[in-house]
Amino acid sequence: MATPVIANIVEAEEGTSLWQDAWLRLSRNRLALFGLAVLVLFILIATLTPWIAPYSYTQHNLDLGATPPSAAHWLGTDIFGRDMLTQVMYGGRISLAVGFIATAVALVIGITWGAIAGYAGGRIDAVMMRMVDIIYALPFMIFIVLLMVVFGRNMLLLFLAIGAVEWLTMARIMRSQVQSLRQQEFVEAAISLGLSPATIVRRHLIPNALGPIIVYTTLTIPSVMLLEAFLSFLGLGVQPPQTSWGLLISYGAESMEEYPWLLLYPGIAMTLTLFSLNFLGDGLRDALDVRGAKD
Amino acid sequence: MWRFVGYRLLQAIPVLLVVITVTFFLVRAAPGGPFSSEKAVIPEVKAALEAQYGLNLTLFQQYTSYLGDLTKGDLGPSFKYPGRSVNELIAAGFPVTAELGFYALLVALSIGGVAGIIASLRPNTAQDYIPMSAAMIGICMPSFLLGPILILVFGIYLEWLPVSGWGDIPGDKILPAVTLGSTYAAYVARLSRAGMLEVMSQDYIRTARAKGLPEWQVVTRHALRGGLIPVVAFLGPAFAGLLSGSFVVETIFQIPGLGRFYVQAAFNRDYTMILGATVFLATLIVVFNLLSDILAAWMNPRLRAQFAEQ
Repeated sequence: MATPVIANIVEAEEGTSLWQDAWLRLSRNRLALFGLAVLVLFILIATLTPWIAPYSYTQHNLDLGATPPSAAHWLGTDIFGRDMLTQVMYGGRISLAVGFIATAVALVIGITWGAIAGYAGGRIDAVMMRMVDIIYALPFMIFIVLLMVVFGRNMLLLFLAIGAVEWLTMARIMRSQVQSLRQQEFVEAAISLGLSPATIVRRHLIPNALGPIIVYTTLTIPSVMLLEAFLSFLGLGVQPPQTSWGLLISYGAESMEEYPWLLLYPGIAMTLTLFSLNFLGDGLRDALDVRGAKD
Repeated sequence: MWRFVGYRLLQAIPVLLVVITVTFFLVRAAPGGPFSSEKAVIPEVKAALEAQYGLNLTLFQQYTSYLGDLTKGDLGPSFKYPGRSVNELIAAGFPVTAELGFYALLVALSIGGVAGIIASLRPNTAQDYIPMSAAMIGICMPSFLLGPILILVFGIYLEWLPVSGWGDIPGDKILPAVTLGSTYAAYVARLSRAGMLEVMSQDYIRTARAKGLPEWQVVTRHALRGGLIPVVAFLGPAFAGLLSGSFVVETIFQIPGLGRFYVQAAFNRDYTMILGATVFLATLIVVFNLLSDILAAWMNPRLRAQFAEQ
């Protein structure tokens, strides 16, 4: 394998690469590291949930009913006698999945759109960005509620609908990145080498615009998760028998007077995740020195 | 300046047309008409009902007649509540939502603005970290979680404030306004801090200090106007957020506003109500975006000069 050797040489010449430098700065930011650790832990738990959950997801015990946290049920049980820890774990799976998948949808649409507009320039760019402007001004929250009402509460649609809202900022960021990058010599070199525009965008422009995209992605995931929870709370998002943190919070809120732990634990899980993502996003923004990535 | 206003106004028209068209066809594309209930309806009755509401016309005819009615400000009849028009339902619900939104905005601007300005005066000290941490909590704590917690603490444990209703018992407007406003208070705090930090390092602030103004006058008379531009530009999006946020807050606190109507209409599949309310809210949001952009542009002397030259 020849690549590691080349990598070593490059490293020796440059001292620290951009990414090493960024990591160094990030690792000095305790809040961001804390966020990263919590996220890794939660993602790990969510992935392994079917194997490590203390009880089966469907197991209930109506005789037991709602009990406060105990040794057998660390986070207590709900009114159907279902283990709360298991519920929160499975809920987290869905909430995180919605967050990541919908953000991925937004990422793909936004990057493609922004890269094409920025690279093509001229009239194509003007038309494409005017479309973004118009869609930007639409009241999307209301549209998503409408979509969920009209076409039923379908998970795939939820991903698409949320993704369709969040790609706009991504497209703007990508476009401005590509516009500044395409003036540079290495892109001119690639053009004169006769590479096709698609290859140039894919191999040279997108990798070099990664910094702002990573930062914005980290900040998009929490807003997507909030959106899912908002819809689920209203009864328009995730539907039983599946569950999510938003749905658990909504159930918890109904019986919080008698059984406050039913509201508390899903609430803590959700808030902690949102905190972590925001801290990590802010930390990454400082580490990668990205300006104006947030809103 | 007027060019800018005119330009933004022209931009708003296609947006509104897109909103109305998309909403109209989306609602019409919904599976199951408004009269396909569980109970079997005699075909003649169904036909008569459809004729009365104009559903027997072609889709395009329905669309043009809806647009025609809209120009007269008529949003059509409600399918769910016979004899009541969508206009009446909106007229009943909107004042409540507007009042709630107004108080929430007041909460957001006063708490958020003061916190952000205080934080910006001594960056990277406790005076900065404490309000900014609180703002982070505000951003991460969704209203549907904060609302129940506030109810639990102030309504049930402490018994200080009423937990539901609107205008029935004194003080019942406090918790909903705080719940709705807190997220935006957090954003306002972050925006005003960032804006103020940017402005405080500018030359004209040094000039103001150099001519011997006391610090509070430097802040209030010179820095605020420039530093709060981001906040003003945020008002449009914030207003849109407040309206959709009112869906949740009105549900939690059982407030008879437009938000709760909307969610109920969504569950009842009251299509004309959904359509009418969407068009109404969307128009409102577009207008507010417009106003906040114009206000922000007016506060920004550079932008004003740029448009004055043209």
